[in-house]
Amino acid sequence: MSAIPTPLAVEAVPIAASRGYWATVFARVRRDKLTVICALILLALVILAIFAPWFSPQDPLATSMLKRLAPVGSPGNLLGTDELGRDLLSRLIWGGRLSLFIGILPVVNAFLIGTLLGVTAGFAGGKVNTAIMRTMDVFFAFPSVLLAIAISGVLGAGLFNSIVSLTIVFVPPITRVAESVTTQVRNLDYVEAARASGADALTIVRVHVLGNVLGPVFIYATSLMSVCMILASGLSFLGLGTKPPSPEWGLMLNTLRTAIYTNPLVAALPGAMIFITSICFNLMSDGLRQAMDIKQ
Amino acid sequence: MSALLEVLQLRKHFPIRGGLLNRQTATVRAVDDISFTVEAGETLGVVGESGCGKSTTARLAMHLITPDEGTIVFDGRTVGSSQMPLRDLRRQMQMVFQDSFASLNPRLTIEESIAFGPQVHGTPKAEARERARDLLAKVGLNPAQFIRRYPHELSGGQRQRVNIARALALRPRLVILDESVSALDKSVQAQVLNLLADLKEEFGLTYLFISHDLHVVQYMSDRVMVMYLGRIAEVGPVRALYENPLHPYTRGLLSAMPSLDPDKRTSAAPLIGDPPNPINPPSGCRFRTRCPHAEAVCAEKEPVLAAVGTERLAACHMVVAGSGHSKAAEVAA
Amino acid sequence: MNTPIKESLVEVRDLTVRFENNDAAIHAVNGVSFSLERGEVLGILGESGSGKSVTLKTLMRLLPARKTKLGGSMRVAGQDVMAMDARALTAYRGKVVSMIFQEPMLAFDPVFTIGQQIGEAVIKHEGLSKAEARKRALQMLERVQIPSAARRLDAYPHELSGGMRQRAMIALALACKPALLLADEPTTALDATVQIQILLLLRELQKELGMAVIFVTHDVGVAVEVSDRIAVMYAGRFIETGDIGALIRNPRHPYTQGLLAANVLPGTARGGRIEAIPGSPPNLASLPPGCAFAPRCRHVQERCRVTFPVATPVGAAHTVHCILSEAGALSAAL
Repeated sequence: MSAIPTPLAVEAVPIAASRGYWATVFARVRRDKLTVICALILLALVILAIFAPWFSPQDPLATSMLKRLAPVGSPGNLLGTDELGRDLLSRLIWGGRLSLFIGILPVVNAFLIGTLLGVTAGFAGGKVNTAIMRTMDVFFAFPSVLLAIAISGVLGAGLFNSIVSLTIVFVPPITRVAESVTTQVRNLDYVEAARASGADALTIVRVHVLGNVLGPVFIYATSLMSVCMILASGLSFLGLGTKPPSPEWGLMLNTLRTAIYTNPLVAALPGAMIFITSICFNLMSDGLRQAMDIKQ
Repeated sequence: MSALLEVLQLRKHFPIRGGLLNRQTATVRAVDDISFTVEAGETLGVVGESGCGKSTTARLAMHLITPDEGTIVFDGRTVGSSQMPLRDLRRQMQMVFQDSFASLNPRLTIEESIAFGPQVHGTPKAEARERARDLLAKVGLNPAQFIRRYPHELSGGQRQRVNIARALALRPRLVILDESVSALDKSVQAQVLNLLADLKEEFGLTYLFISHDLHVVQYMSDRVMVMYLGRIAEVGPVRALYENPLHPYTRGLLSAMPSLDPDKRTSAAPLIGDPPNPINPPSGCRFRTRCPHAEAVCAEKEPVLAAVGTERLAACHMVVAGSGHSKAAEVAA
Repeated sequence: MNTPIKESLVEVRDLTVRFENNDAAIHAVNGVSFSLERGEVLGILGESGSGKSVTLKTLMRLLPARKTKLGGSMRVAGQDVMAMDARALTAYRGKVVSMIFQEPMLAFDPVFTIGQQIGEAVIKHEGLSKAEARKRALQMLERVQIPSAARRLDAYPHELSGGMRQRAMIALALACKPALLLADEPTTALDATVQIQILLLLRELQKELGMAVIFVTHDVGVAVEVSDRIAVMYAGRFIETGDIGALIRNPRHPYTQGLLAANVLPGTARGGRIEAIPGSPPNLASLPPGCAFAPRCRHVQERCRVTFPVATPVGAAHTVHCILSEAGALSAAL
């Protein structure tokens, strides 16, 4: 099946095998090398995080004032040690657990809540739409960082609270995208045809609207993951997220701040991890978007 | 023959909102006080140009949009009342849309799309799928080849066949074809028109056939209704209407068809200007701004759709004796 | 004889256009040859996938360079279009050749007024001053019979109705008096009463300016109204060409016959079946060898599937690519 648009309308004659939409998307993604590489990197990070106890060479919490701020490549500490002498490589691996968790979970939550709100607003229209969307606008008025800090400040520090606060930050943009896509889909002929068949609103949403809305919203959500990671790191950096001594990349950035003058490489490493993860999420999301944009 | 569908004094205006507080600034008078009937077993063709309201009429008849005023009566029962709740109407009347691609959910297989309607009305899944397969065969598509396909794998003509099958899945008595063949190539269009004729006979259907293509309407219809700017201009049996149009707009429309004889090319355009905007239609007769016979009375009084003879109706002052138009007395009743 | 052979305005020989992408190559145009004199109107009649729009776009070199492979030769007004570089193309487009499209909004930039856009074309190609360009724009709008032309000069494209936008697009295309006008289904999206006005306008302007026109359409009636000659296109090839009268009255190719039957519905008795061409147009990514119409033709023979038939003259100005018309084949086929 030709994937690149042509200037003229080519009549399609159905050939032997027929692939579903997601199968076609998957095949296209597989051909996109950059996306595949990013996905593999992310997969590696996730595996490292899940199996941290097995991969981590040392105890991430074990301090040693003798070995403080050892440079990269020191014997026994491949990536050096932090300001309390803890092995950085182990802390980075263990930190992956927290950072990835904090980066992904709020977006997943926001995806579920935001899709529900957005589809309801988009499909119902009228007053329901106004009520939901204008509420979202209130949240939108605040810059996301400020909002996250404000909510975290109110709720207090800690892992759970920062997840709640980040979820709240990301619900409005996802709702907005979901509402916009739903409104477009709602006006298409096949939804009208479904209404003409006598289906009720819930059935139409379930069968016709959701399948066509989830795709674009999902892509948007994946692009938010990198933002979420950075915000989470920021919260930890400010002391509003995870508390020491938990190894979390953002928190590590904060505590290693002063080490920049003595051991810049070590200080930059947590930042590098955040950077790599964010870039991979973004590139993967971009690749997915291109793969899903099949010109019919 | 009794009237299967009766539309009485239907009106639908769409507000245009603008300004600071989203107030209504203007109204699109899409359909204004139209009444017509569709007899059981006939094909009523509806022609008109952009802004005439034919698509809005179709959607009003299907109750996909609610009319501001007017009633729809199906088989003697008022739609929307306890005699004919909407859900029952859906089983009696179905529609095939113009855009064959936008009419099908890209995420559902062909079989799922066709079986959706019956399932909504309680048909068990297996039976609904069986019916879908039967209908695919009836519309000329090999079920084994097509049930698991997705819309983007089919050609325009094939998709439109699927749309027809989907419309027939609920076993309706009346099918509205809203420009259903307009987007197809002429050679494919011919196949689909043949198919529609066959299906009409096999299932005893009644058609409301909307199109802007006068040749196609002439071929398909028993009676034809001409619409202009939200009002009916003329209704009549197809031959009489095409050979002897009563309304000047019908005459203009028929003359505007490109000539098929290279020796007899069109020398002058029958009507000047573009069809006006339904937002601010002209006072009185809406056609008067483009009508070669417009007179003072046309701006003052809006012509009523009056009977001319036994089978024809026309909304023009020229056909009603005593209307005040100089040509009124000429036309024989 | 020492008189030099006057070159036609347009000389196209064995034009082929292929779109290449990862999966397959799409053979949009497969060997099209024709010539066009000044002041002549050629109608290209075909359905979707026939390659007619691609042919037009190739004449203006509007196709994306990377994905397109051109073959054959194209000469317009004595210039080799295939060999033109970017600078030559800028001078060529709009001045020598101009194009009007199906959707007028495509030709107009929504943020500039009509007058500014027509003026821009004239300034670029003829070096007129702004005031002179505005005068010329007004002249053009009056020529295409736009009412209240002076007021419309300062209107934005979205403020005009469909018919007027189409007229404005014609004004834009003709502002620099091109020698060749390409029309890509310009009336398909218009209402019937507006369509006939535009067709008559084009006929008038063509006679007045003496331009050559290549008019692409799928509607036989439209082709009859504007063309002197017609070429019927199928799967990237001209399968029948001829003088408009000869072709309409005596179509020789089975596809042409089917197409005319599908268009000329009034001729069919009501209640009678239309002689529909079975099947669908071919997949341009995998064209069968030989005549592309063979799978749908009721007179198909073995030879059809092997080679594409050569041009057979069947009248004074009428050629067909079909074995049925070849001498000696008549008795065998029917």
